[in-house]
Amino acid sequence: MSTPAMAYERATDVDAAVAAVAGRPGARFLAGGTNLVDHLKLGLLDPDLLVDVTRLPLREIEDVPGGGLRIGAGVTNADLAADPRVRASYPVLAEALLAGASGQLRNVATTGGNLLQRTRCPYFQDVTMACGKRDPGAGCSAIGGVTRGHAILGASEHCIATHPSDMAVGLAALDATVETAGPGGGRTLPLTELHRLPGDEPERDTVLEHGELIVAVTLPPPSPTARSAYRKVRDRASYAFALVSVAAAVDVRDGVLHDVRIALGGVAPKPWRAEQAEAVLRGAVPTAARLGEAADAELAAATAQGENAFKIPLARATIVAVLRDLLTEELA
Amino acid sequence: MLDITLTVDGVTRPLAVDPRTTLLDALRERLDVTAPKKGCDHGQCGACTVLVDGRRVLSCLTLAVQQDGAQVTTAAGLGEGDGLHPLAEAFLDHDALQCGYCTPGQLCSAVGMLDEAGRGHASHATADVAAVPTLTDEEIRERMSGNLCRCGAYANIVSAIREVAS
Ligand SMILES: Cc1cc2nc3c(=O)[nH]c(=O)nc-3n(C[C@H](O)[C@H](O)[C@H](O)COP(=O)(O)OP(=O)(O)OC[C@H]3O[C@@H](n4cnc5c(N)ncnc54)[C@H](O)[C@@H]3O)c2cc1C
Ligand code: SF4
Ligand code: FES
Ligand code: FES
Repeated sequence: MSTPAMAYERATDVDAAVAAVAGRPGARFLAGGTNLVDHLKLGLLDPDLLVDVTRLPLREIEDVPGGGLRIGAGVTNADLAADPRVRASYPVLAEALLAGASGQLRNVATTGGNLLQRTRCPYFQDVTMACGKRDPGAGCSAIGGVTRGHAILGASEHCIATHPSDMAVGLAALDATVETAGPGGGRTLPLTELHRLPGDEPERDTVLEHGELIVAVTLPPPSPTARSAYRKVRDRASYAFALVSVAAAVDVRDGVLHDVRIALGGVAPKPWRAEQAEAVLRGAVPTAARLGEAADAELAAATAQGENAFKIPLARATIVAVLRDLLTEELA
Repeated sequence: MLDITLTVDGVTRPLAVDPRTTLLDALRERLDVTAPKKGCDHGQCGACTVLVDGRRVLSCLTLAVQQDGAQVTTAAGLGEGDGLHPLAEAFLDHDALQCGYCTPGQLCSAVGMLDEAGRGHASHATADVAAVPTLTDEEIRERMSGNLCRCGAYANIVSAIREVAS
């Protein structure tokens, strides 16, 4: 089988990288390649140009004046998890990163590429199966099929796939923002607004336009009294995608939950900020019963897709367990 | 075709590659460097692990053109001169292999992993990610979880790595 020609360019500045991709519908950015190269082999993607962004000056983690960190899009998952500032002040992020993939993969996978990795829905990855995320309008083979890994929140009749990233779930709980450079200029948006729900356009995972490059992710200043953690539930102890994951940050002041942020992974088409659960807990005195009520509030809208029905009680139990572990002192 | 240069196990190897060629295929098919193995070709088994500029990576999921100018070390290049690397010795002493297909990847991965641990990196098995972890068996297993062994030599692989680590 002959494969069509594909050109390769190494970008040395951001504007040139954006221009190179924006001007060519068949062009794609290439970062660590751990998702994109796999997609080339699986035949999911047939770009005529790859613009390598790994040598752009986007590999620094900088202190933001006034607090917080600005993480270049090219920082590897390994370097980010190893950064002493992340380990000390944003443990939920370090834990989420370390729960993902393997040591070898984290050494090359980048912050930008991790956010934009595509679903692991088995039908999406198999070109012989109909999939509207891959071929707009083709329908969805997963509905009524093998759905063990699929979404219980935010799905549509056109697509029930989940977003696979662990890192993105940690970032969602931290109120991170994403900075881009694009053909029409740059913008900054909350991480929770980067990915979109499938609706009737499952082919669009995010709000980014063609040629828009993620340049950085920024973390707000850490609260000195906040505690955070990430828990991932999966089929084996390591090296597997999440069935359900929970990132949570709590800030208790005077016995009351001054702030609480919860994000869920493995259950939705995007990193899922659990706003209903947060609303039940914010300003409340934490009790075991309250934690359960919070989880129930979030999962009231959950819908099973056959085989994945187990995810609803699993998500409930995981939300409660993560919060309970963060609030051991208060619950005692 | 694009002209690139790879330094493989200390030897400079210029070659011309199609941009779709992975580092693994460039090594095995073009340069006859067969220490890295092709198990799954999709990032799932670790058999293709090599060190690129000292860091362990999967050669099946990186394009050769991206590694232009890199120092690539395969399992065959780990030892000094004709001698075996201490980890390779330990794998033999501990019977840490049966068919041996996963072994070159296990060795490169273990070398990279010990370097990461030496720099104090945490892992998923580390209770407190802010603290410097000690390399317990549980830590070794977690950090090596990207390398599968179909023969199930895991127990002895952990012993071999533990011996070299301590
Ligand atoms: C076996 C295996 C197991 C895995 N397990 C996990 C897991 O448990 N948890 C998890 O979270 N992940 C897991 N992963 C996925 C891995 O984390 C991703 O493949 C990786 O993070 C992608 O990053 P990359 O830099 O390699 O991206 P690439 O593959 O280079 O790119 C991915 C996509 O992002 C685009 N892109 C890259 N950078 C930018 C940018 N700066 N701006 C705009 N677009 C960009 C590319 O065009 C491409 O579409 C696993 C992968 C494998 C192979
Ligand atoms: S769930 Fe989404 S990705 Fe999976 S087959 Fe259906 S449309 Fe495709
Ligand atoms: S061949 Fe590269 S991970 Fe299996
Ligand atoms: S020794 Fe046979 S696969 Fe590991």
